[in-house]
Parts: sequence; C-alpha cells; structure tokens
Amino acid sequence: MAWEWNAAAVAGAGTMGAGIAITIARSGLNTLVFDESPDALDRAKRQVEAFFEGSVRKGKLDAAAAAAATARLSYVKDVSALAEADVVVEAIYEELAAKQRLLSTLNAVCRDDTLFLTNTSTLSITELAAGSGRPDRVVGAHYCLPAQLMRLVEMSKAIQTSAASWDQAWAFQRATGQHPVETKDRPGFVLNFFCVPYHNDVIRMVEAGVAEPADIDKAVKAAMGFAMGPCELIDLIGLDTQLRASEAFFSVTNNPRTFPPPLLRRMVAAGQLGRKTRRGFFDYGSDALFGA
Amino acid sequence: MPDLSYSIARTGESRAFPGTHAFIDGATAEGAVLVLLGPAMAPRCVAPERTAVLVELSTECLAAYEREEDPPASSNLVGFARWRLGANPPSDLIELVAGRTTRPNALDAAQAVFEAAGFTVSRCADRAGRIVDRLLRPQFNLALTALDDGLATAEDMDLCLKLGLGYRQGLLAPLLGSGLADHYDVTRALFEVYGQAQYAPPRLAVVARQKADKAEPSHASLLREAGE
Repeated sequence: MAWEWNAAAVAGAGTMGAGIAITIARSGLNTLVFDESPDALDRAKRQVEAFFEGSVRKGKLDAAAAAAATARLSYVKDVSALAEADVVVEAIYEELAAKQRLLSTLNAVCRDDTLFLTNTSTLSITELAAGSGRPDRVVGAHYCLPAQLMRLVEMSKAIQTSAASWDQAWAFQRATGQHPVETKDRPGFVLNFFCVPYHNDVIRMVEAGVAEPADIDKAVKAAMGFAMGPCELIDLIGLDTQLRASEAFFSVTNNPRTFPPPLLRRMVAAGQLGRKTRRGFFDYGSDALFGA
Repeated sequence: MPDLSYSIARTGESRAFPGTHAFIDGATAEGAVLVLLGPAMAPRCVAPERTAVLVELSTECLAAYEREEDPPASSNLVGFARWRLGANPPSDLIELVAGRTTRPNALDAAQAVFEAAGFTVSRCADRAGRIVDRLLRPQFNLALTALDDGLATAEDMDLCLKLGLGYRQGLLAPLLGSGLADHYDVTRALFEVYGQAQYAPPRLAVVARQKADKAEPSHASLLREAGE
C-alpha cells in the first residue's frame, strides 16, 4: 500500500527532536516542531537553520533545497497545532511517565488515524503504547544520534501494534530517507544493548584514573578504526541521556554494568552534559549540531 | 630535540612485531631507547644507560617486572603493547604503561619513539587489559552471547553498530575472522584478575579454545588437563 503524508510533527525540541525534524523536512514533508519551552524551540530553530547553512557551505545540499527545507519547518508551543499531523514522532526525554503523558495528550489532540512513533532507547514500546490511548497506532522508532546524519532507525512493535500501523511506520521511515531495521521490543534493542553498559565501563575507567578521555578515544579509534571515540560519543549523546538510559536499563535488567557510575551522576549534577552544554569529557566552543 | 634512536632485542616471538616492519628496520645498534620484543623477562636485565627500556606486555601488568626495592620514579622501565585481535595483523595502536617505578622522562621518550615511527600512542595506568582489551573484550563477549541467544544475525548486529554509531566495522566480523581461541585466552586472563562476569569467556570462545587444544595441544592446555 502506498501511504501519503501531508504533514508530520516532532514532539520535543531537544537535540534528538531537532535532528529528526531535519530528516523529515529534508525529505519534503511539512514539519511541525512542538515543545512547551520557548527556549527549547528557539534553540532548535537556530540549530536547524545553522545545520542547513552548514550543509550548503559544505556542498551537501544546494541552497534552494536548504531554503525549502527550512521553510517547511514550523515551531509551535501549543500542542493543538498538531491536530492535523499524519504522523507524530515523540522525542522527549527518556522517562516512561512523561512519555505516556505526552502520548495521551497527543491522543486527545490528533486525528484517530494519526500514527505515533515513539523514540526511545530503553523503554518498553508495549508499556508506552499502553499509556497512549491508541496502542494499536504506536510503533517504536529509535533514531540514532546525531539523527540528522544517521540513517539507522531501530523499529519495534508493541504487542498491541496493528499490522497496518507497522507497515505505515516502515514506509514513513523509507519516505524520509531513513534505514529501518526491525528489532525486538526489549531493553536497548540492539544499539543500546551494546552501548549503555559499554559507556558506563568507559566512565568507570576515567573515574578510576586508568586513562584520560582523550587517550581512551585515541586507543579505541586506532584499534578498531572507529570514526568516533566513546567519550566523544557520550558527549554527543548527552551525559543526562546516558544517566537516564542507565537507570532505565538497570531497572529492567539488573545488569551491574548498566548501573550508573558515580562520576556520571556527578557530571550531570555539575551540568556537564556534553556538547549540549558545551562541556562534558571535552570542552566545546559552541552548541552547534554535529555534522552538515 | 629528543634522541629518537632505539635498539631492538628479541626475547622470543613478538605479538607486536611478528614479521618485518619499518619500525624494526629503523633500529640502531646503540639507541637511547631499548625495545625488548617478545615475552618480557625478569627486571634484572634493565639497561641503566638507556633513557627507556620498553617491555612488551601481553595480558600481564608491568608491575610483574618491577623490583619491589626500587623507589618510585627511579627506573627506565616502560610497558607497551601493540593491540592486536587474534590472528589479525597488529593495529597501529601502541598502549604505553608507566609502572610504579617509571621515570616520567622514560615514558616521554617511549612515546616520542613510537609516534616518530607513525604509531598512535595512548597512555594508561598499569592495569590488566589496559584500555582496549578492558573495554572491548566485554563487548565481544556480549556480541557472542547475543549471537548464541538469537538476538540477531552477526551481519545485522554489525550493521546496526555501523549505521548507528558510524563504526567502520562491526564487532563480530573482525572477531570471528580473527579466531576465537585467542579471545578465550585474553578474556580468561582478565576474568582471573577482575572476577567480573563481563570478562568470563562465552561459550563460543570456550568451544574454540577446546577445538584448538585438541588439534594442537599447547603446553598450557596440557597442564590444565593434568589439573596443574
């Protein structure tokens, strides 16, 4: 079946939400970016526009396409503006109750046939769907940071997800230029199953004074030919996100590797969240979105 | 300008430099730095006239070769390992280890010599597994266990890691291609030191070591079978 979309929305204007909005607007869909925080919306608008300008500067996108993508984006703080969206991608912080509250609010606002994609790294899609008011229309879509550059989306069905919703969600990912991969509705899917414990091991290594973050990154990149070291990646993901993911992961797995290391809690308490606050394991000059 | 000359002495088969290499060719007879390739030996062999004596490490700590009676920062001993996955060719990564007695100038000289030869150098504390083995072996174990549990195919797991994290390669393809018996040896050594479940050799690695031992019993495997 061929699906058609007139408008999509992203609920949550953080780093992930801004990146997802770029992928959708770039594919040609009108895109609403919703957040209750005017500051978050202002920052997202600035970051998205800077990203498209960078794409033009680096020859990744022509100026007309960038201008058109920018024009397709609207930034709204009133959730009722999402009433006519065909698809809403929920991308707020990793907390079950908060996501369920948002999905429930969206359920009251959106059309009955609107599809909800929920972007989570560790939470159960089935539990999120159960709190949404329309469980058959909820699909898990785990975008990867930086979403504006990474094509992988780990897709998971809730127990309640209908076959039609699944097909539509898959088609939406294809239509917006993403690369969906089916995973099971289990903690961490594939990526975070590997990343959450690994990143905590890295933080514990720094905390124990075994090596400096720069030496760890250099070593892992040289050994495996990875483009990015783990400390740089944690800074990009956000230490607050790593903390929430660890807490969520540990609560369902009891795996000691996923228990948040004390240094992680201290850095979050100090506001050193990574790129988004311009300081994490490394110092950054600006909060510009990664890549172009 | 630091003296970047170095000499090489072989103590046996080296995992870091198993064959010919430009680094070997660049050695001189009386270098400021002495590089010992092969299994490390007792500390009595240190050459005090050298700025640094580099000891090739396997899974052990440099502390095994330091003299208890030496005061801190009094020796020229530096540990190094060129990271390598099983039978795959060695990487360009050199992990440098300063021990309790290592003088700072010995460590600096070691780093300068390797960097001048084009290696990437990371410094770390004298801990088993150093940086890469300590961080990546548990990941390899996780991947092998997930493969056993049917989470996904090896190709799909690697694809997720490549697409999701920008890795140029996944975990399983290089590991499976390198031979799992060596992975067993490394993880077993780390498990003995740390006692943490993430280092315990997974089933596939255990099987690989058992097969390798049956095909060509090593001295270590014969001792294990004899219960010694």
